[in-house]
Amino acid sequence: MATATTISAEQETRIQAELERSWAVPRGVIGWLSVVDHRSIGRRYLVTAFVFFVLAGVLAALMRIQLAFPENTFLGPDLYNQIFTIHGTAMMFLFAVPVMDAMAIYLIPLMVGARNLAFPRLNTFSYFVYLFGGVMLFVTLLLNTAPDVGWFSYVPLAGPDYSPGKRADFWAQLITFTEVATLAVAVEIVATVFKMRAPGMSLNRIPLFVWAMLVMALMVIFAMPAVVTSSTFLLLDRLVGTHFYNPAEGGDALLFQHLFWFFGHPEVYIIFVPALGMVSAIITTFTGRPVVGYTAMVLALVATGFVGFSLWVHHMFATGLPQLGLTYFTAASMIIAIPSGVQIFCWIASLWRGRPRFHTPLLFVLGFIAIFVLGGLSGVTLASVPFNLQVHDTYYVVAHFHYVLLGGAVFPLIGGIYYWFPKITGRLMSDALGKVNFWVLFVGFNTTFFPMHFLGFQGMPRRVYTYPATMGWGTLNLISTGGAVLLVLGGALFLYNAVRAYFSGPPAGDDPWGGDSLEWTIPSPPPVYNFLHIPVVEGRHAAWDRSADPPVVTGIRSDCREVLVTDVMDAEPDNKVEFPSPTIWPFACAVVTSLFFIGSIFTPWAVPIAAVPLAVTLIGWFWPKEHA
Amino acid sequence: MFDPRGPAAADIAVLGWILIGVCLVVYAAVLGGLAWSLTRRRRETDDSPQTARRITTVITSLVVLTTVILIAFVAVSASAGRGLTSPTGPGALTVDVVGYQWWWDFRYRDVTPSDVVSSPNELHIPVGVPVVLNVQSRDVIHSFWVPNLHGKRDLIPGIVTHTWIQADVPGVYRGQCAEFCGHQHSKMAFTVVAESRDEFLEWIARQRMPASDPSDEAARRGRGVFLSTTCATCHTVRGTDAGSHVGPELTHVGSRRTIAAGTLPNTRDSFLRWVRNAQAIKPGSRMPSHQHLSTADLEAVVRYLRSLR
Repeated sequence: MATATTISAEQETRIQAELERSWAVPRGVIGWLSVVDHRSIGRRYLVTAFVFFVLAGVLAALMRIQLAFPENTFLGPDLYNQIFTIHGTAMMFLFAVPVMDAMAIYLIPLMVGARNLAFPRLNTFSYFVYLFGGVMLFVTLLLNTAPDVGWFSYVPLAGPDYSPGKRADFWAQLITFTEVATLAVAVEIVATVFKMRAPGMSLNRIPLFVWAMLVMALMVIFAMPAVVTSSTFLLLDRLVGTHFYNPAEGGDALLFQHLFWFFGHPEVYIIFVPALGMVSAIITTFTGRPVVGYTAMVLALVATGFVGFSLWVHHMFATGLPQLGLTYFTAASMIIAIPSGVQIFCWIASLWRGRPRFHTPLLFVLGFIAIFVLGGLSGVTLASVPFNLQVHDTYYVVAHFHYVLLGGAVFPLIGGIYYWFPKITGRLMSDALGKVNFWVLFVGFNTTFFPMHFLGFQGMPRRVYTYPATMGWGTLNLISTGGAVLLVLGGALFLYNAVRAYFSGPPAGDDPWGGDSLEWTIPSPPPVYNFLHIPVVEGRHAAWDRSADPPVVTGIRSDCREVLVTDVMDAEPDNKVEFPSPTIWPFACAVVTSLFFIGSIFTPWAVPIAAVPLAVTLIGWFWPKEHA
Repeated sequence: MFDPRGPAAADIAVLGWILIGVCLVVYAAVLGGLAWSLTRRRRETDDSPQTARRITTVITSLVVLTTVILIAFVAVSASAGRGLTSPTGPGALTVDVVGYQWWWDFRYRDVTPSDVVSSPNELHIPVGVPVVLNVQSRDVIHSFWVPNLHGKRDLIPGIVTHTWIQADVPGVYRGQCAEFCGHQHSKMAFTVVAESRDEFLEWIARQRMPASDPSDEAARRGRGVFLSTTCATCHTVRGTDAGSHVGPELTHVGSRRTIAAGTLPNTRDSFLRWVRNAQAIKPGSRMPSHQHLSTADLEAVVRYLRSLR
C-alpha cells in the first residue's frame, strides 16, 4: 500500500489553489452567518464565552462589594438574588462548558489531522443557539426579570406557587438553549475523534488533550438529558399545570434534585476534564518529554468519566435519605480522588523527569496544581456525610468549588490560551506580561477564596445577601473582597495582553514552543484547509515523531470538500465522504429554534406554531446537493 | 462548627479535625514534591529505563497510599455518622419544627391540645438530654441548622423527617436557614436557648398560659389597635380574638430575645421600627409596613406587644 512517490512542486501549487477554492470561507454578512468551518466557529465560541465570562465576573464583583461589610445596602435582596443566580448560571452554562467546547472545536481537527469537525452545519447551528440563549439571559437581567432562584432552581421555590412571573421560566429555557448547543458539539467531537483521525493515529496515539475532550463529550451525552428533563418538567409545571414536583398532587420535590444533580455533578467534570487535557499538553511541551504514564492518564480520564456519575447524592446529604445509601455515595465521592491523584502524581513525575521551561503556560499549570490539589482535598472532606452536614451550603463549599473550578479549570484554560493563542492568531502574547498576569491572578484568587473556608467553619451560609455585624464575619469578607479587586485586575491584564497581541504581537511562526502534536506542524494561523496533505501519523507525539520526509495521504480530492474517514481503533482509512458547504440554513434554523424556545415560556402554542418554520429550515438544511 | 456545645457537634468537630489534618499533611507533601521536582539538579540518567521503572514504582505506591487514606476516611466518617441520625438515649422531648418563608415555628406537643405551645423563632431545650425534632416545611425547602449543636437537616415540603439536638452547656445559640428559600433567606434565623430542666419547665408552663390582660391604659389601647387593624388578620394572641396562623404567634412575643426571625433584638426601638417599616428592614417579607398608623397608635401597639411576656 505504501508506495514511495513524491509530489512535484507544480502539483503542490495546484492542490493548494484547489483546496483554497474548495474550502474557502464565504464573505459578506450572509457569508458570515453561513460559515461552517471549525476555526471560525471555534473562535466565535471562544470570544463569546469570554464576553459572558467578563459579564458574569462583573456580577461576582458586585456581590463581593455587597458582602464586603455586614448589613451593607449596596444591593437589595431582589437584585442580589438575581445576580447570584445569573452569575452561577452564566459561569456554568455560558462560560465554562462553551469555552471548553470552543477549544475542542478549534483544536481537535488540527490535532487529529482533519480538515473540519464532523457535522459542520450542526456546529454553526449550535453556536447561534448558544449565542441567542446567552443574550436572552442577560437581557432578562436588564429588564429586571432575571431568574432569582439560584443556578440550581430548586422546587418548590422555582415552581408556580412561589415564583410567580416569568423569572424561573427564563432559567429553564436557558438550560434548554445551552443543552441543545452543548449536545450538538459533543456529538461532533465524538464523531470526529472516532472517525476522522489521520491514518496512523491509533487509539494509543491520540493526544491526551483529545482523549480528555472525548471523555468530556461522552459525559455530556449521558448527563445533559437529565437536566433537560428536570428543567422541562419545571417548565411544564409552570406553564401547563403538570404536577411533577408538586407534593400535594403526588409529585416529588426531591425528584428535581435527583435529576438536577445527576447532571450537576458530572457537569463539574465536564468542565474540569478538558482542563486536564490542556495541562497534559502544556506539560508535555514545556518539559520537552512525553507525560509520564500515558496509559494511566487515559484510564484515569475514563475512570473519572464513569465515577463522576455516582456522586450526585453528595449534594443531598441533608435531605434525609437513608444513611446506608449515603455511605455508598461517600465511598464513590472518595474514589474519584484516586484518578485525580494518579494524574497529579504523573504530572509531578513528568516535571521531575523533564526539563521545565518556565513560560507563562507552564506557570498557570503549576498554579493549577497548587490550587486544584487544595480544592480536591476539601472535596474529599465534603464526601464525609457528618462533616458535610456541617459545612454543606456554607462558604466552605463556595471556597471548595471555586478552588476546583477556577483553579482546576480556568487556570489551565488561561494557560492554554497563552499556549494556543499563537496558533490561533499567528501572534505571540507577551510572556513578561503573562508572568505578571499569573501572579496577580494567583494571589488574587487565594486572597478571595481562601478566607471563605474559615467563613464556612464560622457558620456563614451561602446565598445570603447580607449578614449581621454581630456574627463577626466582616473582616474575612472584607479581605475576600480585596482579593476580588486583584482578580478583576488580573482578568483585565489578561484581556489587555490578548487584545494587544492580536493587533501588534510578534509573529509566532508555525511552532513557537516546540509542541508535540499535529497542530504545530502547520502554519499559524492555519490555512482554511488545515493540512495541505492529510498527514500519516508516525507516533504518539505526531510532531516530534515525524520523519524528515513525512508520509502523507494522497488520493483525496482537492476540488471539492472531500475528507477521509478512518476506523475507530487503528485509524485505518475506511471511506471518503464529501463535507457540506456553507449555507444560511443552520442560522435560519437557530433563529426559529430560539423563537420557539422563548415563545414556549409564554404559551404552549409556541410548539405547534414553531413546528412549521422549523420543518422548512430543516428541509433547506438537508436538501441534497448534486455531486461535483 | 469547631465550637461544639453538644455531643453531635462534638463528634463532627473531631472528625473534621482528623480529615482536615490529614488533608493538610497530604497537601504539604504534594507541594513539597512539586517544589523538589522543579528545583532539583537534573541528571544524565533521568531518561533511562531504570529511572522510568523507579518512577512507576513510586507512583504506584503513592496511589496505593492514597487509596488506603481514602478507605480510612470512609471508615472514620461512617463510624462518626452512626450516632448522628438518631439520639443515643430516649428523647426527652419532641418538638415539631415548621419552616415558613421566612420564619420558624417550634411547636411543643402535648396530649392536651390547648397545652400545645408555639414558640416562633425561639427554641427552648433542657440541657443534657436529646431533643427529637420532626422537621417539615409549609412552603419551600428550608434547612434547619444550629452550628454549635449539629449539622443540617432539610425541611422538605410533603415529607416529615427527623433529627435531634442536644446541648451539654447552657447557653443561647444561633441557628439559621441553610437552604436558599427566596428573598429573605438571609434573615431567617432563630435562637436556641439551652437551660436547666427547672428553668425549662418554668418557661414552658409560662408559655402555656394565654396572654394576660394589659395592666395599663396604653397597653389596653394597643390591644384595641392590634385587634382592630391588620395585625389580627395574620397573628394569634391566645386569650384574645386574634387567632390567625399566617404569621408567627405573638402570645408571648415580649419574652423572646429577638424579633423578625433573629433580625432585630427585642427592644422597644426595634419593635417600633419593625411594625412601622418592616419592608425596609426585611424587604419582601410577608409582614407589611404600617406607616399609616399614628405615632400614638404605633407606640401603644408596641407597648402592648412588649407586655406579652
